[in-house]
Amino acid sequence: MNRVALSLSLAAKPRWWEFALWACLLCLPLLLPTHALLISEITVIALFAMSLDLILGYSGIVSLGHAAFFGMGAYSAALFAKHINPDPLLGLAVATAVTALLGAFCSLGILRGSDLTRLMVTLGVALILQELANKLDFITGGADGLQGVVMGPVLGYFEFDLVGQTAAWYTLGITLGVFVLLRQVVVSPFGFSLQAIRDNALRAQAIGIPVHARLISVYTLAAALAGMAGGLQAQTTGFASLDVFGFDRSADVLLMLVIGGTGWLWGGIVGAVVFKTLHSIISAWTPQYWTFWLGLFLVLLMLVGRERLIRPWTWGRRA
Amino acid sequence: MLTLLFDGVAYGMLLFILAIGLSVTLGLMNFINLAHGAFAMAGGYTTVLLMQHAGLPFLLCVPLAFVFTALLGALMEATLYRRMYNKPHLDQVLFSIGLTFMAVAGVDYFVGSTQQLVQLPEFLKGRTELWDGALGMGHYRLAIIAVCAVLTVVLQLLLVRTRFGSQLRAAVDNPRVAAGLGIDVNKVFLLTFAMGSGLAGLGGALGAEVLGLDPIFPLKFMIYFLIVVAVGGTSGLTGPLLAALLLGIADVAGKYYVPKLGAFIVYSLMILILLWRPQGLFSRGGK
Repeated sequence: MNRVALSLSLAAKPRWWEFALWACLLCLPLLLPTHALLISEITVIALFAMSLDLILGYSGIVSLGHAAFFGMGAYSAALFAKHINPDPLLGLAVATAVTALLGAFCSLGILRGSDLTRLMVTLGVALILQELANKLDFITGGADGLQGVVMGPVLGYFEFDLVGQTAAWYTLGITLGVFVLLRQVVVSPFGFSLQAIRDNALRAQAIGIPVHARLISVYTLAAALAGMAGGLQAQTTGFASLDVFGFDRSADVLLMLVIGGTGWLWGGIVGAVVFKTLHSIISAWTPQYWTFWLGLFLVLLMLVGRERLIRPWTWGRRA
Repeated sequence: MLTLLFDGVAYGMLLFILAIGLSVTLGLMNFINLAHGAFAMAGGYTTVLLMQHAGLPFLLCVPLAFVFTALLGALMEATLYRRMYNKPHLDQVLFSIGLTFMAVAGVDYFVGSTQQLVQLPEFLKGRTELWDGALGMGHYRLAIIAVCAVLTVVLQLLLVRTRFGSQLRAAVDNPRVAAGLGIDVNKVFLLTFAMGSGLAGLGGALGAEVLGLDPIFPLKFMIYFLIVVAVGGTSGLTGPLLAALLLGIADVAGKYYVPKLGAFIVYSLMILILLWRPQGLFSRGGK
């Protein structure tokens, strides 16, 4: 085995603490049965943040409209369950597939142009979808949201219950599956070529990486996973409303990822946990104005430098 | 029909004044400032609060709004923005989103979340009809167009004819060489930022009656400002001006003829234009 292949296989090998952490995460619904709903909520946005990390952290595409795919997944899953088939796994697969199609289509818009153009296009897509969901009220329920989504049991056996045990297991299981998959993707040659494109697209092209094809496929994959997160959310809450497309959601998920650190898969999970904890603490204290503190946190974080947040020993030094 | 066109032009001119500061920040310092709308909101609230509490007349409040937001902009530039110029775009985006969130929540806390109304002076309230009502012009909108047109000319002259203008253009093209020639780039940036914020504040003050004013103003109109800049390109004033007029007319006409589609048309148009010309509709080549 040559050196390149060796270093690749080393990077692909899961560390012991990753097994330990996942074991802890999977036990959470048993340890904290009263918080099962919160656990599934956090898991869903962790999956969402992971999907954003794929395009932001690994491929360097700044997106302000990732909620477009989350929302698309949520509405597809809810509509599928309501009108066609209440089976959750089938619905999730459909939601993921629909969002992947949308992502492949939208990826054409992010191939050209600067960061600003990409920001505008991604933001625009999310706004258009929100506007559509609002106006097509005979399908989506408009501003009232899509209500009355009743899910069947998972695998034909586990019914969704009110305390959310099933929901927590279901979302954790799916997220673990995606995590394992992505763990392989990011250390594959495909994953490394993405990082090369992120660092310098021109040079990546010069050494023979098909930049456009790679960006299209990673954007499609990220969109599909975001759609999966949206689908999970709609299935576990039995509800889809316009705020799934909201600008706040896209901004929040960016923030989570930045808190947890971009460019590594645990970033999304860590960020989601920290963000949700902060959110519940601050909004318990001042429910209406919590965005002020969120904003202050963001501003301070950016002034200090986000790469230093997870390295406390560098706080004393000057940038 | 003509009335619609007229309203669209007034709306577009207003958007131009609101967004021109952003265009300068983006083009000059390559800084993505999503908090630009917050300065416009500051201008709007200055006007409203001064009128309500100090009883000052509208015509005095508007220049005061300009001065106040310009000072605010200068202060923010010197303390916060300057540190962010060399950071990656992602950091700039998050930083300015943070500022926007703070502004929204702060205004909500101090003033309340209700829509603010501006009491216009009597002589601006009327409406003139021409050609048997084919063209109805609100006097206030007429005044907006006049003010914005004058401002555009002044800005153009300032940019092209004055020493400050040439220093600014030099700093845009190459900050390092400009600094080497003895231009105080930091000061130029500071003044430009203050000017851009002041104009946004002025636009917010003038637009409070047309666009509405409430705490979520910066979020609601952020996309419009960005459209003007992204579509218009960042080189010179002509691009953003044409983009703003196009946007204003398209938005007013779209909302009138097909209200069911709402803002759908504008967003789709923007995406199509950006797909076709990623550097903006009126920019000269790639940058």
